[in-house]
Formats: sequence, structure tokens, C-alpha cells
Amino acid sequence: MMKKHDSKLKILTNGLIKNNPTFRLVLGTCPTLAVTTSAINGLGMGLATTFVLICSNALISLLRKVIPDKVRIPAYVLIIATFVTIVQMVMRKYIPSLYESLGLFIPLIVVNCIILARAEAFASVNPVGDSILDGLGIGAGFTVSLTCMGLLREFFGAGTFFGMEVGALPNVAMSVFVIPAGGFIMFGLLMALINFVSGKIELKRQVPVYEQTDDDMPEEVLND
Amino acid sequence: MTNILIIIVGAVFVNNFVLSQFLGICPFLGVSKKTETALGMGFAVIFVMGVASLFTFAVNKYLLLPLNLEYIQTIAFILIIAALVQLVEMVIKKFSPSLYNALGVYLPLITTNCAVLGVALMNVEDGYNMLEAFINGVFSGVGFTVAIVLLAGVREKLQRSDIPEAFRGFPITLIAASIISMAFVAFGGLV
Repeated sequence: MMKKHDSKLKILTNGLIKNNPTFRLVLGTCPTLAVTTSAINGLGMGLATTFVLICSNALISLLRKVIPDKVRIPAYVLIIATFVTIVQMVMRKYIPSLYESLGLFIPLIVVNCIILARAEAFASVNPVGDSILDGLGIGAGFTVSLTCMGLLREFFGAGTFFGMEVGALPNVAMSVFVIPAGGFIMFGLLMALINFVSGKIELKRQVPVYEQTDDDMPEEVLND
Repeated sequence: MTNILIIIVGAVFVNNFVLSQFLGICPFLGVSKKTETALGMGFAVIFVMGVASLFTFAVNKYLLLPLNLEYIQTIAFILIIAALVQLVEMVIKKFSPSLYNALGVYLPLITTNCAVLGVALMNVEDGYNMLEAFINGVFSGVGFTVAIVLLAGVREKLQRSDIPEAFRGFPITLIAASIISMAFVAFGGLV
């Protein structure tokens, strides 16, 4: 997947923009939509996922020559589930309020396809150092995306900013944004905005515009 | 009997897994291009969710609880689900190769469909008995099928419409999903 001459920095920033897991690869959509009713939930979910991603990437990369090819998926899932259980226990003990509001979606980090996708596509064929950087980059991309989604939905839906009242602005809360339907619509609008902006940037660079239709979605989407 | 009915209506309409709980969004967006494939995926999910509910319930009640091993619940459940999906895959491959090809990579990925693990964990959380857990599993799967088939119908129509460039592909699908989800809000007071 990654060519040899790619610098460490490139691995790290890859997940932030070019391969942003949420808006570019469209992976891990369940938590993206479900927990982003507020910025703080989005941030918490992003950080928890990043932790699991870094740890599982590191361990899978260490064990990549030991795990037999045929049972690799169950092995990866088991490794991921172990780290998720750790996160679950730590959160329950130290940040019970966040644990309560994320609820079911903490154990469900196990089935976040971003983590399995990175294990399969990156950690299983790359050295430990690179795998950790990749986990960090992709995790950061995920966290930033979720926090943005949460921020916008919270602001438009409840009129608050990280749980604080925004005094200067009139409260124009549209509760549709905190219900599920609002999650879908915000996600769709943000993705369209990103497509629009990146389309404009590509035009400026004088490269042929990549037209995104239903049939040529990014390869990774179909592989997950 | 009434509580069974409440579970059914709740799982299919009120707390629809996809449209109001955001579980199973990946296949919901990924396999909803054609109504037929969506239906096939739906049936596979119904089956896996029903059987997974039974197995995880039994393992939790007769193995994990007596041994005080609740903390490995997540790990145990995901292993059961992975094994089940493997089984379903083999069965479908043998009996319906065309459906097998149509579902493609999404079949093994039912394992990572959070709806399946979600229903298993919810059954435990809500303290259902074995029958209720099974019913909840099957009808949550039905809810998933209803949602994915509805979206597939919309998407088939969308293919022939002129959509602004930036909205093509996922964005317009998400907005369609949002409108379907709004329609489901109307079921809100039912249970």
C-alpha cells in the first residue's frame, strides 16, 4: 500500500487529509454518526479509537511474521477486542460521565472498520515504528473529523459550544441536528463541501479533475 | 405476549437499528446500490443476528456469569459472531453462488457489522430472556433489512437524476438516508 520512499511525515499526515478515514475513505461511519451529538463526545470517541488503533497497529505489526495468514482476521479481531476492553475498563473507572454518554459505542470500537482496515492494509506489512505513526495519523484524522461533526451538530442542534452557552449569539437551536436524521444530513453536507473544495483545489493545480461517481469510489471503501 | 410485540415493533420501527441507532451503517451505505443485493444482505444479517443472539445469550448466561468473566464479554461475543459468519459464508457459497458473488467482501464483513455485536450487547444490557433475545435479534435484523431496501430503492432512482457534482456518490446517499430517517421519527410515540 505504502511505497518505500514515503517519509515518516507522510505516513503521519496521510490519515489527516489525503486518506481521512471519515470523509475520504468513509470508514467507521457508525460512531461518526452516533456519538457526534456533542463536540466532547466526538472528541472522547476519537481519542479512545486512536488509542486502540495505535496499540493494535503496534502489536499486529510486531506479530506480523508469527500470525498465520489463514487465521489472521480472527487474530486481529482478538487483539483489537483486548485493547477495547482495556479502554472500556479505564473509562468506566476514571471518566464515568463520558462512559455513560458513549454507552454501547465503546465496546463497539471492536467492530470499527478503520481499525481492522489499518491492521490489514498497513500494520500487517510494515515495521512497528511506521505502524504506530500510521495509527497516530489515521487516529488524528478520525478524531478531528468527529470533533468537527460534534461541534457543528452541537452548535446547530443545541446552541452550545463544548457544552458552554454561546452568549453573544442568539440561540437558534434546531433540534433536528441532534436527532439521527440530522447526523446523516450533516455528514452528507460536510462530505459534499469537502468534495467541492478539493475539486476546486485540483482545478487550480491544472490536473485533470477526478470525477467521483458511484462506480469509482475510492478503492478502500469497497474493500471494507 | 405483549412484551414480545413491543420488542418487535420497537426493533423494526421505533428503534430501527440503522436509522435511529446508527448501527450497521457501513453495509447500509455500501451494499445499497441495488434492491436485490440489499435484500440478500438483509436476509444474511437477519440470520446472523438471530443466531448470534441465541449463542451469545447462552454463552453469557451459562459460561461467563457463573465464572465471573463478564469483563471478557466483548471478546467472547466477537469470537462467536466471527465463527457464525464464517459458517453462513460457507452455506451461501454452496447453495447460492450468485448471491455469494453479489455480496462480495461485505459477507465476511458482517463480522464487523456493529449491528450484530450491538444486538448481542443490548440483549444483555436490557436483561432479556432467551426468547426475547432471539426475537430482538431477528427483528432488529428485519429493521436493518427494511432500511437498506428502502435506501436501495431511492438510490436506484437517484442514478438517473442530475446531481450537483460535489454531491455525487456518498453525500447524496447520506442525505437520502437522512430523509428516510426523518420519516421514521414519526414512529416515535408508538411504543
